[in-house]
Amino acid sequence: MGMTMAEKVLARASGQKRVKAGQYVTASVDRMMAHEAFASCFITLKRLGVNKLYDPDRVVIILDHYFPAPTVRMAQGHKLIRQAVEEFGIKNFLGHAGICHQAMVEGGHVLPGRLILATDSHTTTYGALGAASAGIGVTEMSYVLATGELWMQVPPTIRFDLTGKPVPGIMSKDIVLYIAGEFSTEIAQYRAIEFTGEVAKRMSLASRMTLSNMGVELGAKFAFFEADEKTIDYLKERTTETPSRFGPDPDAEYETEHSVDITALEPQVAVPHNPGNVKPVSEIGDQPVDQAFLGSCTNGRLEDLAVAAQILKGRRVNPGTRLLVTPASQKVMLDATRAGYVETFLEAGAHITPAGCGPCPGGHMGLLASDEVCISSTNRNFRGRMGSPESQLFLGSPATVAASAITGRITDPRQFWSETTLS
Amino acid sequence: MDMLIKGRVWKFGHNVDTDVMAPWNSLTEPWEERRKVILHIRPEFAQEAKPGDIIVAGRNWGCGSSRENAPENLKNLGIGAVVAETYGRIYFRNSVAIAFPNIVCPGVHEAFEEGDEMELDLKTARVRNLTRDIEISGQPYTSEMLNILEKGGLLNVLKERLSNEVGG
Repeated sequence: MGMTMAEKVLARASGQKRVKAGQYVTASVDRMMAHEAFASCFITLKRLGVNKLYDPDRVVIILDHYFPAPTVRMAQGHKLIRQAVEEFGIKNFLGHAGICHQAMVEGGHVLPGRLILATDSHTTTYGALGAASAGIGVTEMSYVLATGELWMQVPPTIRFDLTGKPVPGIMSKDIVLYIAGEFSTEIAQYRAIEFTGEVAKRMSLASRMTLSNMGVELGAKFAFFEADEKTIDYLKERTTETPSRFGPDPDAEYETEHSVDITALEPQVAVPHNPGNVKPVSEIGDQPVDQAFLGSCTNGRLEDLAVAAQILKGRRVNPGTRLLVTPASQKVMLDATRAGYVETFLEAGAHITPAGCGPCPGGHMGLLASDEVCISSTNRNFRGRMGSPESQLFLGSPATVAASAITGRITDPRQFWSETTLS
Repeated sequence: MDMLIKGRVWKFGHNVDTDVMAPWNSLTEPWEERRKVILHIRPEFAQEAKPGDIIVAGRNWGCGSSRENAPENLKNLGIGAVVAETYGRIYFRNSVAIAFPNIVCPGVHEAFEEGDEMELDLKTARVRNLTRDIEISGQPYTSEMLNILEKGGLLNVLKERLSNEVGG
């Protein structure tokens, strides 16, 4: 019997010929990434007398949740991290290049078949490039930084076979919201996902990243796509290593295989307060919005901004609504500027924030007051995630966010947009 | 660490996420402020929870973020253990790493009402409802997880490993 992508990575990382789902291994970690949480790791390691990391060259550090610093306390945290980077001799300090996950991919730190652990739950994003990647907390990260390894259970794998013909108005976000609603946010709990099928093959890397990113919202440990020619082409100019295609063995064993036909899919919206509370946009009813947010590691890439710009071109954001746009990285910001999207957003009355996590985690900026409603292209609508516990957070695709910003209420993007990013 | 835990039960539902256990904008607050909003979906919880109390929860307890503050807040509040049907995996790992007992136990949500007395054996994952005289079995920790727990957390395991490396 062959191995799944998860089994292949964990077999190699634990120095074994083969491993099987359910088995516990001690895995050598290829890349460790930490954002602002690194400050806490640094303090912990120093307290334990660790003055040398296991392998500083495997470590990537970035500031994204609170850049630029909103408080003196955060500024102190950033200062401490810069000192720690210096002290530990970490060369891969990405500064303030944008959201960690976007910057990791753009910087060529994500390669197919690698095991990557990071202090952020949306680390599953790298599965879009065929990497086994998962979020961990600061204690485990401190351990990994010092030792280079961590215990892991080899997860069973479920497959989502994405089939059918994409209809206008649909983005990959709609597919993952649909899966969360239809199959539940626990469908992949303690498991790995492999997204397969014609639709998955045709998808851009950006679209794949949205699905892998929200793999964690389905409970997943890893959320893979096969690394194909598209992946290799993207990586070639970003790394000095030679990335190769990576997929499961043909006779790998899966726990379950689900077929998802997207032919009749409508744009989807998650309603408060869970990403699994999903409805087609037509069933939302009349729902005014105070804020619309376009950005995050889920949907702040150039492809997402391009769709929003197409929709907003020559139109105005509703006076009762504020539209915040946070490009996922400095590179996305630059590309969006060159493509004219930034001008389109500003002409429409949107506000552009610095690249980074922006309002999504609810600490830096763009927070919601009590009883305010936001339609957001992000990944979680937990109660109080983006501000007041009495605020209401709806999740949708970048197209749905842009359309809703124009009308001031949650709106079917097909009113303004008859294309799809999936064809 | 005491492997036999006894306490009064607080009962929560399904999909209770990390963000309500540790709201992001509370993370930089001093403990006295931060503790007030722990599990704010039930405001009386943070007010009235007593050291040694046990949380019984439904499915997907701790879904969401990798913030270790979620289990850490509960531990610092003095909660003795959580017993849930299923867990968000990162929360679960974090709870092991900081040596805060969390047991997977299908059927626990049915078997307990708020205020019941629980006796929990961490070694065997045997869960007893002393109020209703019901006994159910959870999933025992693996020996590796139990080792981390018994040593008081992953950092103590690391400390031991580092001193062995220096000594050896």
